[in-house]
Amino acid sequence: MKTNQIRYSTGHSTSQSKSHSKSHSKSRSLRKLPVYIGLSLFSVSALVVFLYMLATAMTPQSYSMPYPPILIPDSFYLENFKIAWNSNNFGAYFANSVFVTVIATLLIVIVSCMCAYAFARMKFPGRDLLFNLFLFSMMVPTLTNLVAQFTLLQSMHLVDKYTGLILIYVGIGIASNTYFLRSFFLGLPHELEEAMIMDGGTNWTIFRHLVLPLSKPAIATFGILAFSNTWDEFLLALTLIKTPDKRTLPIAIKLFEGQHVNNWSLIFAASLIAIVPILIIYIAFQKNLIKGGALDGTLKE
Amino acid sequence: MGKRLPFGQRIKIGFQQWLAALPFIVAGLILMGMFTIYPLVRNIQISVSDYNIIANKTGGFLGIQNYIRMFLDPDWLRSLRNTLLYALVTVPGQMFFGLLLAVLINSVTKAKTMFKVITYLPVITSWVVASLVFKYIFASGNGGLINYIFMQLHFIETPVAWLQNEWTANVVLWIFGIWKGTGWTMIIYLAALQGVSQTIYEAASIDGAGSIAKFFRITIPSVKNTTLYLLTVLTIGAFGAYIHVMMITNGAPLGRTQELMNYMYNTAFTNYDFSYAAAQAVVIGVIVFLISLVQRKLSKETVN
Repeated sequence: MKTNQIRYSTGHSTSQSKSHSKSHSKSRSLRKLPVYIGLSLFSVSALVVFLYMLATAMTPQSYSMPYPPILIPDSFYLENFKIAWNSNNFGAYFANSVFVTVIATLLIVIVSCMCAYAFARMKFPGRDLLFNLFLFSMMVPTLTNLVAQFTLLQSMHLVDKYTGLILIYVGIGIASNTYFLRSFFLGLPHELEEAMIMDGGTNWTIFRHLVLPLSKPAIATFGILAFSNTWDEFLLALTLIKTPDKRTLPIAIKLFEGQHVNNWSLIFAASLIAIVPILIIYIAFQKNLIKGGALDGTLKE
Repeated sequence: MGKRLPFGQRIKIGFQQWLAALPFIVAGLILMGMFTIYPLVRNIQISVSDYNIIANKTGGFLGIQNYIRMFLDPDWLRSLRNTLLYALVTVPGQMFFGLLLAVLINSVTKAKTMFKVITYLPVITSWVVASLVFKYIFASGNGGLINYIFMQLHFIETPVAWLQNEWTANVVLWIFGIWKGTGWTMIIYLAALQGVSQTIYEAASIDGAGSIAKFFRITIPSVKNTTLYLLTVLTIGAFGAYIHVMMITNGAPLGRTQELMNYMYNTAFTNYDFSYAAAQAVVIGVIVFLISLVQRKLSKETVN
């Protein structure tokens, strides 16, 4: 099953550049120039948004738009961040988001891994039917279930409680993660498992001591995605959490915008505080993520 | 044809298999059943009855009244149009730029990771925050960044009131959709490109093919499977996207930029018309499901 091996991108263009190195290295660099220009254009269009946010957040509060627009801040003005953090329980909202997101992500990862393992490695009647059910649930946009989810929680008296919110987050996060993790597990080599079975290993020991350690990159990748999706989740949090104290960050940002209309410096200061955790986690874990390899196995079904 | 085991024994084996699998799947099945499958069914039920949210009771049977109402509702039809347009623009847009980006990144050796990380940043940025920034960037008046840049470059003479007009506002939403999703498409295409053998490119180079020809004649056909997969996934995503509409235009002007999800949400939580909203949810689900089916069928045909 070579096609499903984990492949780390270590510059597969080396074979191409080898043939080019026969030609003059100067023309090779020149030939690459348009590529770098193109990449820079893309990067600029991705980054300019963040820079703009940062620059605006670092200018003293202004209710009118600075003209000409600022891309590089005049000074390292941090007051907006302090004001944002201290106003209206923003710090509390941040903590709420951390709590809900961390727990939900952990549960999503655990449950998805277990389901994915069962679908990938175990046989039981109706397995494929059940898996297709998972697939089917992925096809419908999650928001369409909002009303029914709300009424369900209402009847379980879990509205406005974190338990309810976390349960729903896990419920909707399972399907796609199970799908991808199952593809990944399918691609793991069988020989090690067979060795373990001969040594008397049960499903659980194989899962715990073999599959999980081998799958760390996949788990990291999808764990981060699940974290980022949950952290950012907006409508369910808005609909299900009524007590202002319990709100999560996306709601806080929206409220912020409504409250401090046109005070963009403040709004963006708050926004930056909201997105920084994800960015840090993502950049920090860059090395541990599969560079597209997991998805490679996914698509080869 | 092997000999089938006697029925009783098959049941016993099946039962044992289930016992073995149960610890692994029980949590997932229950959670998914409750919060994904059950709502689908309940939506249908709510949509055909007179639903009272306070009592959580479904009242009288309304039949397909809500559905008829929907297809005669000009606001709903307009939101359908907006969503379809959004999908038609952003899905190919994300795929094209994602593939282009992937090809570019694949062909450089230095700073590969840096470019990947930077172009992936929009993907993991919160929808709420990113929408707000876009709202700001496309603000009317000469202070808005886009207006400023365009005027400096003499593209336009006077500032454009982007979010005040229906179609310019739609364009902003489309640009946002493409901007936000391209990084993700890129990663997927990057993975697909790893599987393309370099020898074809080298042979083409020897034959004198330029980069553009190589892109269209070799690269695009090679990633066909990925493209079809992305077509389905991105379309589902396009139908479900709502945060950017909520934050950037909130349906303005006059509800003309609303998309299906936003309209449904407002029906439920602003107008408290839950059965109508449930009907909309069912219809959206059916539309997306049908589109996915059609795309899947098309992809099977082209593969064969």
